[in-house]
Amino acid sequence: MPCSSAGAARFARRLAERNRTGGARAIKRNVAICLAAGWLGYAVLPWYGVGRDGILALAWLATYPDAASAPALVQALAHGRAWLLPIGLALALPLATLTLPREHPAFGRLLVAGGALGLIFAAIAGFGIINSGPRWGWVAAMFGDARQPGFGVGAVITVGALVMLFANGIAARGNFRGDAFIAGSLTVIVALIAMFVAFPVAGVLLSAVQDADGNFTIQRFVERILADNVWGLGCIAGGTSCGVAWNTIFLGILAAVFSTALGLAFALIATRTTFRWKKGLRVLTILPIITPPFVISLALIILFGRTGIVTGWLGVLFDIPRSRWLYGLPGVLIAQVLSFTPVAFMVLIGVVEGISPSLEEASQTLGAKAAKTFRTVTWPLMRPGIASALLLGFVESLADFGNPLVLGGNYEVLSTQIYFAIVGAAYDPGRAAMLAVVLLFFTLGAFWVQNRWLGETSYVTVTGKGDAGLTAALPRGVRWLCYATALPWAVFTLTIYGIILVGGFVHDMGRGDMTFTWRHYLTAFQVEQTGHGLFFSGSAWQSFFTTIQVSAIAAPLTAAIGLLTAWLLARQRFAGRRAFEFATMMSFAIPGTVIGVAYIVAFNVPPIEITGTGMILVICFVFRNMPVGTRAGLAALAQIDKSLDEASLTLGGRSATTLFRVVLPLLRPAIVATLVFSFVHAMTAVSAIIFLVSARYNMATAYIGSRVEAGEYALAIAYSSVLIVVMLLSILLIQFAVGQRKLGRRAPAVSLGTA
Amino acid sequence: MPKSGPSSVEFSAVTKRYGTVTAVDAVSFTIEPGTLVTLLGPSGCGKTTTLRLIAGLEIASEGTISIGGRDVTRLSAADRSVSMVFQSYALFPHMSVLDNVAYGPTVSGRRKADARAMAHEKLDLLGLKGFEGRMPSELSGGQQQRVAVARALVLEPEVLLFDEPLSNLDAKLRRRVREDIRELQQRLNLTVGYVTHDQQEALAVSDRIIVMSNARIAQSGPPRELYEAPANPFVADFIGDANLLDAELLSVEGARAQVRFGPVVLDLPHRGAGTGGIKLSIRPEAFLLSATRPNRPCIAGTIAKAAYLGAHMEYSVTTEGGELFVVDRDVMRPIAVGSTVWIDLADHGVTVVPV
Ligand SMILES: Nc1ncnc2c1ncn2[C@@H]1O[C@H](COP(=O)(O)OP(=O)(O)O)[C@@H](O)[C@H]1O
Ligand SMILES: [Mg+2]
Repeated sequence: MPCSSAGAARFARRLAERNRTGGARAIKRNVAICLAAGWLGYAVLPWYGVGRDGILALAWLATYPDAASAPALVQALAHGRAWLLPIGLALALPLATLTLPREHPAFGRLLVAGGALGLIFAAIAGFGIINSGPRWGWVAAMFGDARQPGFGVGAVITVGALVMLFANGIAARGNFRGDAFIAGSLTVIVALIAMFVAFPVAGVLLSAVQDADGNFTIQRFVERILADNVWGLGCIAGGTSCGVAWNTIFLGILAAVFSTALGLAFALIATRTTFRWKKGLRVLTILPIITPPFVISLALIILFGRTGIVTGWLGVLFDIPRSRWLYGLPGVLIAQVLSFTPVAFMVLIGVVEGISPSLEEASQTLGAKAAKTFRTVTWPLMRPGIASALLLGFVESLADFGNPLVLGGNYEVLSTQIYFAIVGAAYDPGRAAMLAVVLLFFTLGAFWVQNRWLGETSYVTVTGKGDAGLTAALPRGVRWLCYATALPWAVFTLTIYGIILVGGFVHDMGRGDMTFTWRHYLTAFQVEQTGHGLFFSGSAWQSFFTTIQVSAIAAPLTAAIGLLTAWLLARQRFAGRRAFEFATMMSFAIPGTVIGVAYIVAFNVPPIEITGTGMILVICFVFRNMPVGTRAGLAALAQIDKSLDEASLTLGGRSATTLFRVVLPLLRPAIVATLVFSFVHAMTAVSAIIFLVSARYNMATAYIGSRVEAGEYALAIAYSSVLIVVMLLSILLIQFAVGQRKLGRRAPAVSLGTA
Repeated sequence: MPKSGPSSVEFSAVTKRYGTVTAVDAVSFTIEPGTLVTLLGPSGCGKTTTLRLIAGLEIASEGTISIGGRDVTRLSAADRSVSMVFQSYALFPHMSVLDNVAYGPTVSGRRKADARAMAHEKLDLLGLKGFEGRMPSELSGGQQQRVAVARALVLEPEVLLFDEPLSNLDAKLRRRVREDIRELQQRLNLTVGYVTHDQQEALAVSDRIIVMSNARIAQSGPPRELYEAPANPFVADFIGDANLLDAELLSVEGARAQVRFGPVVLDLPHRGAGTGGIKLSIRPEAFLLSATRPNRPCIAGTIAKAAYLGAHMEYSVTTEGGELFVVDRDVMRPIAVGSTVWIDLADHGVTVVPV
């Protein structure tokens, strides 16, 4: 061995350093724990899922270790599942490290090899054979007509241990400065994203080009994607309707333009006028966050539907006949503009406020009149913000599911068509996948355009310096235009929310029966006193409890993963950082409907067979909302002087210590924001989870959706009002529980960068 | 006072690259135990990076670093016995003064009571008794800095580092704080690495100064040597704002040489220069101005600008040999702009600069 003498010298030197390096002991301890866990999962715990009741029910103990409940080792040796054997061999490799000092070159190598091989073998064993038999020919050739259920506790623990062994191995080989915590967090996050974002999305892409038997047929895909009902232009020629892709784009553009225009009017009124209730306008920004899906559409139906209140008046006053004009493009568009205007407002108010007054003052001192200043300075500075509001509106419209579902009528859009291809009478997952691919490309295209077009120009005028000065007043023409568009719309919005407020308390608002009643609330939320204590007999309780439970479990997980990711991105330097950042942000750009389809395609079969469980809901929320935590964390970390971390390091605090003692306490606002967002979002999301709910694990929004379909509008509205109240309360509660940063008057070390 | 006595720091051919930028380029130097060595140089020359390499906050791309004779090149910051006082102080804003100072012992596994006792000891040493319960934001800049020093000292590190410690203090406080730092270093016999871009500060506190330029060492030595015998034009210019002027070396005799500068012929150490064109470094205070022509050969010039700075006058003088920057102690009799002056040279502050 040519390298042995140099290796030995290095080894001797490292040995001499050994007692001074605390990291060494940490890695050795980690490895021992991981090995113990790995073998526990492989040789003791049931490898496969043990039925609906789960591992904690302990029913499996009665027949342990039979073919259902045996650990992998027994499965391989006694139950003819030999494909599980290589995992054990890979898991045996790192055992040798127990006798080696950490500095020995073979230490890290064995861990990396064992971990990587084990993961590969586990992947082959898991994906190669599903419950209907081997997936690939060569697997069938080796093991015949083998079958297996989905992975269970043992497999999960073993795979987790293999990931950690691998991470400790790369740390021991000197990567990430030998820091096992960083190596471990990064590997785990990458593995999770691969598993729960990349894998399902790739699955959708694949199934779009497969036929029902899993054979690749590009031809079928081409046929599907070129079909008339996707790209047809019949509506221009007249006669038939346009393809679903064009419909989606058309709706998206209209919704984006209208909501941006209104949002801009609101933003200008809130920042540049002396309008009396402008503080109240800011309340608007919270509305989209706490508004459950469907309710805006329902309120519109109550007002303008065939039997709606306004329709009735118009009939009486002007003899306008009742019609179904609301169902179709007009209704969906109005509903979307109502939903997205506050979002555009939120984006644009930041942009308008970010325009440094001194720039406008400069223009005025140079002799420009108000109108000229607005046209030459203010407007150009706002343009990037307007562009990003437009794109946001477009993307949201593409992703919107609730409004087109209720109001779409014959106007078909991608998100609802995907849904109907899965749950409708014409069950066609291939078509759903193809439509999902189209939707995905539209969305990614919009984000790409945004990146290319806007780059980093959007916030250039936010300097971080305290800008004194007064903002310029709006020229009169612009001001009246703003009032004329925004104020009627504000009144309209108020009316809509008024209806939501009242709708649950009256008999049947949709038909004009306005007598007060508790009926709907009782149907949904009745609690009876029985001999055995309280009985939650209301029909909404089940989905309500599930929603709270799922949201409460998902929120802290989302915050943990999102903020950990932010910290890795902001504070650690490693190869592939950009790619990692892109991957973590990806799930945000993917429309919920696509994720929903992707999840049922991917997780309906072994090895990860979790459709119909509560877990899949939690996982779905965690990975959809994680980018919000990451963004919030990155923004907060940018404001926290990096030398705080470094001070902790030079004082002997390792990365984990630094994270918990120094960084996290300073990240409280970001933690609150992430917890609130992910908790609340889990209560209002519908597009992804509508595919994933089951009779046992139903979610509030899905239940409301089903009530809407059944025509029980008042019940749906009552339930939605309860959700709004719960969300408001939980926002307050989280804020209270996590508390404020304790920084005293001034915060010198928390500042933007250093010189 | 440090557990094992002060340690040395040795850099041998250390390079640090960030992508294509070389921030530190094959730098070698030694900081002797118990001395204060300053890294001096213009912004962006690699001082901070060098300091961070000592601390372990950056890992060298090439070369070896040892502290106290032990190779620490690959050790991370947490594993080195080096503390740092950051430019922004980096006090943890969510912890009290006491908790800040007790942080080091706490995270290295000391019992809480022990950690606090250690913290109290260092706070007393820095004259911060009575401030323990305050939050960092409730202290003045100078007090914050002393807390930062106490926190850095609490683990009794082998090496203590300061990155531009005076830059966040007002001008009045700077002199006192730099004296305090020097006094503390000598009293506790600490090995200190100190970064600054201010040559006065460097001259005042250092045992040795390492002047850096473009990621390399331009010269290192005791303050006096750097000031009086700059090894190259960069150092001459950077320390003491010397005038760098063309002159001619006429002849060499032993260690000394005859140098002609305009009409004046000087007898100076030749410092390795050969005959022919050379550069002379002349300190601004080495020019002696007189309004009347002395009866020796001297340089004639015209006052182009004059500024009154309280303790001295600054003149810009146009001569045949170029524009001269002159400092004159005589503030009572300022010379008017436009007057003709005669310039003689003092017998110190004039050096041949090897090019
Ligand atoms: N993290 C970094 N990434 C890229 N370049 C860096 C980084 N840190 C410093 N540099 C570069 O290295 C050079 C030296 O920087 P620094 O040591 O901070 O200079 P000084 O402290 O002397 O002002 C500069 O050109 C700087 O731009
Ligand atoms: Mg610096």
